[in-house]
Amino acid sequence: MNATSTEQASPPVTEDALRRVLLAGERPPRPGPVSTSLTFGWRALLKIKHVPEQLVDVTMFPIMFTLMFTYLFGGALAGSTQEYLQFLLPGILVQANVMITMNTGITLNTDIQKGVFDRFRSLPVWRPSPLVGALLGDLVRYSTGSAIVIMLGLVLGFRPEGGAVGVVLSVALLLAFSFCLSWLWTMLSLILRTPNSVAGVSMMVMFPLTFVSNIFVDPKTMPGWMQAIIEVNPITHLATMVRGLMHGSVPAGEIGFVLVSSVLLVAVFGPITMVLYRNKK
Amino acid sequence: MGKLAIETRGLKKSFGKTHAVAGVDLAVSAGGVYGVLGPNGAGKTTTIRMLATLLRPDAGEAQVLGYDVVRDARSVRTRVSLTGQFASIDEDLTGVENLLLLARLLGYSRRRGRERATDLLDAFGLAEAADRQVKKYSGGMRRRIDIAASLVVTPELIFLDEPTTGLDPRSRNQVWEIVRGLVAEGTTVLLTTQYLDEADQLADRIAVIDHGKVIAEGSSGQLKASVGAGSLHVRLRNPEQRAEAERVLAAALDVPAEPSADPAALSARISDPERVARALAELSRGGIDVTEFALGQPSLDEVFLTLTGHPSEETPKEDAA
Repeated sequence: MNATSTEQASPPVTEDALRRVLLAGERPPRPGPVSTSLTFGWRALLKIKHVPEQLVDVTMFPIMFTLMFTYLFGGALAGSTQEYLQFLLPGILVQANVMITMNTGITLNTDIQKGVFDRFRSLPVWRPSPLVGALLGDLVRYSTGSAIVIMLGLVLGFRPEGGAVGVVLSVALLLAFSFCLSWLWTMLSLILRTPNSVAGVSMMVMFPLTFVSNIFVDPKTMPGWMQAIIEVNPITHLATMVRGLMHGSVPAGEIGFVLVSSVLLVAVFGPITMVLYRNKK
Repeated sequence: MGKLAIETRGLKKSFGKTHAVAGVDLAVSAGGVYGVLGPNGAGKTTTIRMLATLLRPDAGEAQVLGYDVVRDARSVRTRVSLTGQFASIDEDLTGVENLLLLARLLGYSRRRGRERATDLLDAFGLAEAADRQVKKYSGGMRRRIDIAASLVVTPELIFLDEPTTGLDPRSRNQVWEIVRGLVAEGTTVLLTTQYLDEADQLADRIAVIDHGKVIAEGSSGQLKASVGAGSLHVRLRNPEQRAEAERVLAAALDVPAEPSADPAALSARISDPERVARALAELSRGGIDVTEFALGQPSLDEVFLTLTGHPSEETPKEDAA
């Protein structure tokens, strides 16, 4: 029995097909947190596939900064561009990654503005999984950004004395830190109303944080108070760590600092984010 | 029908100073369609969001399928689906990707999930659009994929928040067909609407809600009966005779007759249908030609006006949060 009308434009809903679908009545076992988080990560990748423009910031931004700083300031700051590049590149890698994390908040806020998150929140899945999944997807973006910076660096003459092991290890730690830092932006994205305000606030935090550090220059020539600020900035420690690993030393103190601050970031902003998420209007 | 699908007592939710829901009591039996009817900002969406565990009530209690929406939120979530007012679908993804995403999240294997997604797309007439991004769908297609997404695992209860708002008549009819199909297969449907004819068409019982409170509840027949037996609508050949016709009808029916928007038409609430024939005879005796007449049950518009004292189209300042 095919009790349907005869429109051609869009095939109408068919009664028996609908019945079949509804009667299937399958109730698969509920998947665990890892599985649902990975599924949300898959969603993030699909979005990159459909909207590849969103990779512009992870590709163009680091390239721009590396070229600008190396050739504008390299000679003046370090005597030669080649020498400056050895100092700058690990720092740029840190800056690129940390800056890219902002995008997490902006994307998430856009998502929440639309209705999709309502559906996710009404599903019987581990509650943080949409957020964790989005962050897992972002790891792909960070890796892409890092790969581009390192490749460009190698082309321009960056020679890491720590070899492949040092590079890989420093990138891995950097990604871990970025993943943890992203929770700050997910929190912000749940507090602020529009993607634009998320972008604005993030910029306000990130610009001073990345520039008032040892990413671009050695703080030795700066006034004491400035050095004090730079000394407490976690980005400084991150940059020192990456620099150390890439150039063949093992800065154990800095690695410890980065790991502890990563854990702290998640421990503080993770729960706040989840409370906000749960009580979101 | 004894079992209640939804039961709420004194449900309240405020946003700042706005009392979006100000004490809602509902008793919705399992099976069938329950309509929540009200203008924009009446508190329909807020009520639904509380029932679907998206919002925590400020006060009161709500049980959905026997589970408390706060304490047993997870049990509620495994049994109900929500189709929100705004497309709760990822517009960047294709139709099939959206359904597969949900299928995976609900525990289907990749292969079974894909089969399920394909079956749903077929059933909703979206097979051809399966690999197109949802942002390229028409309004009616979006609604259908949205409802399909709520059926990846057949829910015992589905919330449809204004499922036909903004749809063209054909798409609206398709959504109505889907709702009827759902009910036929045993799913309970709670739908909100601002369209009185929609509630009339679909709902077995209707709660009329205004300013965050239920102001009337019953079947559409009961609601109509509470307003009066019905009304007589008359259309005249000659609009100039309307004033005279008004007098004649008022005298014959013993109730005031009111001019309609149509300059040649007028209507009167009637308490006693017996008098209608006499009233029409009086008109023709007075030389007033009638081209059309209809005896109708009161529309839900009239019900709304009688219950609230303001027409249903009125939109209060607060938005439908």
